[in-house]
Amino acid sequence: MNTAVIVFPGSNCDQDVMHAVAGSLGTKVRAVWHKETTLPEDTDFVILPGGFSFGDYLRCGAMAARSPIMKAVAEHGRRGGLLLGICNGFQILTESRLLPGALLPNRTLNFVCRPCFLRVESVSTPFTSLFSKGQVVQFPIAHGDGLYTLPEEELKALEDRGGVVFRYSDSDGLTGDNANPNGSANNIAGIVNERGNILGLMPHPERASEALTGGEDGRVFWQSILESFTKGGR
Amino acid sequence: MEYTQAGLRETEYEEIRRVLGREPNECELRIMGVMWSEHCSYKSTKNLLKLFPNNGDRVVLGPGENAGIIDLGDGLGAAFKAESHNHPSAVAPYQGAATGVGGIIRDILALGARPVASMDGLFFGEPSSPRTQSLASGIVHGVGGYGNAVGVPTVGGKTAYDPSYNENPLLNAFCIGLIPLDEIVSSRTARPGQAVVLLGSKTGRDGIAGAAFASVELSEDNKASRPSIQIGDPFGEKLLIEACLEMNEKKLIVSMQDMGAAGIISSSSEVAAKSGVGMILHFDKIPLRAENMEPWEIALSESQERMLLIVDRSYLHEVMEVAEKWELDCAEFGETVEGDEYTILFHGERAASLPATLIGDRCPLIPWPSRRPADLEKKWEFDVDDIPLPEDWNETLLSLLADPSLASKKRIYEQYDSMVQLNTVIGPGHPVSMLRIKGRDSLIAMTLDADPWKCSLDPFRGGAETVARPVRDLAVAGARAAGLTDCLNFPSPEVPEQYWVLEECVKGMAEACGAFDCPVVSGNVSLYNESPDGAILPTPVVGTVGIIPSIDAALSAGTWEEGDVLFLVGPCNPSLAGSRYLLSQGKLAGRPLPFYPEAEKDFVERALKTASAKAAHSGRALSGGGLAAALAKESMESGIGASISLSIPTRKDILLFGEGCARALYAVPMSRVPLFKVLWNGYPCIQLGRVGGERLSVEGAFSLTVSELLSKWRNG
Repeated sequence: MNTAVIVFPGSNCDQDVMHAVAGSLGTKVRAVWHKETTLPEDTDFVILPGGFSFGDYLRCGAMAARSPIMKAVAEHGRRGGLLLGICNGFQILTESRLLPGALLPNRTLNFVCRPCFLRVESVSTPFTSLFSKGQVVQFPIAHGDGLYTLPEEELKALEDRGGVVFRYSDSDGLTGDNANPNGSANNIAGIVNERGNILGLMPHPERASEALTGGEDGRVFWQSILESFTKGGR
Repeated sequence: MEYTQAGLRETEYEEIRRVLGREPNECELRIMGVMWSEHCSYKSTKNLLKLFPNNGDRVVLGPGENAGIIDLGDGLGAAFKAESHNHPSAVAPYQGAATGVGGIIRDILALGARPVASMDGLFFGEPSSPRTQSLASGIVHGVGGYGNAVGVPTVGGKTAYDPSYNENPLLNAFCIGLIPLDEIVSSRTARPGQAVVLLGSKTGRDGIAGAAFASVELSEDNKASRPSIQIGDPFGEKLLIEACLEMNEKKLIVSMQDMGAAGIISSSSEVAAKSGVGMILHFDKIPLRAENMEPWEIALSESQERMLLIVDRSYLHEVMEVAEKWELDCAEFGETVEGDEYTILFHGERAASLPATLIGDRCPLIPWPSRRPADLEKKWEFDVDDIPLPEDWNETLLSLLADPSLASKKRIYEQYDSMVQLNTVIGPGHPVSMLRIKGRDSLIAMTLDADPWKCSLDPFRGGAETVARPVRDLAVAGARAAGLTDCLNFPSPEVPEQYWVLEECVKGMAEACGAFDCPVVSGNVSLYNESPDGAILPTPVVGTVGIIPSIDAALSAGTWEEGDVLFLVGPCNPSLAGSRYLLSQGKLAGRPLPFYPEAEKDFVERALKTASAKAAHSGRALSGGGLAAALAKESMESGIGASISLSIPTRKDILLFGEGCARALYAVPMSRVPLFKVLWNGYPCIQLGRVGGERLSVEGAFSLTVSELLSKWRNG
């Protein structure tokens, strides 16, 4: 599985995610500059990393969504290729309309960085196949604009089709308001498109990929992706 | 133009005239006024700073460069420095703090190092005052807003409150970076015939003469000095970091300097003077973002996110290519020449022509008169018998934990990205922060600390304690302090009593640094921290860095386990002088304990052995709030209680709340107790009790559940 990590000016988790994927899977990972117009030919898996692309001076992710490389990224997703957006990458995916909804400023209006419990809602995605449904995992969050929202009908449709993959919860898996760090609708932390090949999530699995620095739940995430790819050959 | 308008003193003006052999023109006067301001010239403190030891086995680069560097072994170095941004933060809290963070990151970058972590020292006024709340909110948002976006984690810091900071809050920013020792960029390596290049933002009118603004007291007049405030662009800085590191990796640059205080003039003249070359600068070639700028404005602009590069002409094309990739402006605007002459050309005319070595280096020092304050002894008069024992120990402990200076700072540090770059092993909220180094076993341990109250009661002893505290913290965590950086935040040196306090603080710090063999490798001085309402407490802040050979030799704090035996090591007669306990009752009195070098060194060696021998589950050096606060914090972080009995004749409040001297609290697993006792044999060491249960109880004093403690500590 060949992974391409798109680097926008202002991305700051690009190196981290490359370190985590290479460290967890030992597979090939390449950085691709946003001004490229094509992905490396053998790309199987594309990651839009966290950070502050273009400073996030406009709506978060809005500028990056219009970068030259994004046409090829969208095409990769349309063809059913694996595509993951983490944090700013999730924002870029919603700004590109590759995923529904929008990410607004946290309800506290403050940036928040801390470890966070998530309940795995769906294990039928290629990103979560090695988790068990309802399992509680810990990935850190670090964002100022993570309040996931979308119109009520679309929210219902998203829930009905099982598009919610991760939900903020407490350590027991309860998803009350006190376990919601940013005010997201229905405690949503991560969603997948209908076809199931495009995932966006605010928490950072790459920050939970080593015991020494943040835990190892993220390794299972990366391993799920590799296993799904190996089996399904997406 | 009168020299006084440029902020020059008569002796300084005479010196300039003498060296030039003529009258300086207006541009030259304005340049010299800023370059010889306190902030840039250190004219009041240069002699004092010489007292600090700055050599050692591990020191690669000491003071005088953009930052100090210590050797981490195997060809890798850690570059670090702390810098104050107090005046700007008082006037424009968000931008002042943001650009403080940005400035220190560029100092590290200028050496060619990748910035890997920051810490911040925040000193605010009374927490209940609306002014404090608005300043604190702006400053915290500024630190986060910049650090989060630029991708450098904020892994620790110090936040304290005192009314003396009401009008004049302090923002000290610390940054550390990693650099292979053979890739260090020096400011001493320019040679004649090379290109002088400006990389990064366009130059505007923002922050003109900010350094001069930072060299006078705050007043209603100069609070209106918004033009003196710089505006930060963390996105621009992120691009600058990547571009500079790429250029250094490709070995395209001869020398590099960040543009901080006094912008172009300071950075370029420093390279010229240190390298022993002259410069001809064409100011018409500098990309500007304001119209009709005068040459002195261009010279002194403190527009952010700019770097000065010295480039061999054969690499100029490649430098431009890297800049273009990162979409940064990049302009060649001058050249290095033989000699010492530093010339600014503008619109075909010679705007300024000065000897490069005059600009940064030859400001006449000011020997301010020093006088021991007459009321010093009066502050020490303090009879412990006048302090009644607490009536309600539970209430006393809870109100101590709710004291804003001691209480949880989670609400602040959760606003900072503390994890980006994936190196943070121990982040904020702990006595010591730890970073791993990818591909290596060793860890970097660091802490930022200060104790202004003890410095105000006895500046020498307080200065020594300021250094001793972090050294003890590091030792307990398993790290030997390798070097430190300091920010000396003080009021005006022109008041003889205030100068004496500064002098004594430095002497006390120097004594402790010498005893611990912990050199000062970098730092800065911020004077004139006072407003019409009064002066700040003397506030030396130190960022101390140590090395832990491997994670196996690291000892964490807040990791008690059921059944652990608790030990207090260190003397049982600490002092309430300047203690958080008395301060939380509104009393700043007493004389802090003296610094005992032999006992301190003994403590450090034993603490290091305790960590590397894995003789304890958890350890915490005692500092603010004394033993009681240490017990409470360990208990809260571990989520488990303990039962303790104290069979010592010392007054219980002194034993529990006293501070000073080398002491620590350890939680030792039963099986390691014999080893622990051997390691501390010959040093005061008493068994306190056992870990377990839901309550933290000290016989004859307090008994509270962990959740009662937590609720007060977190929510006040």
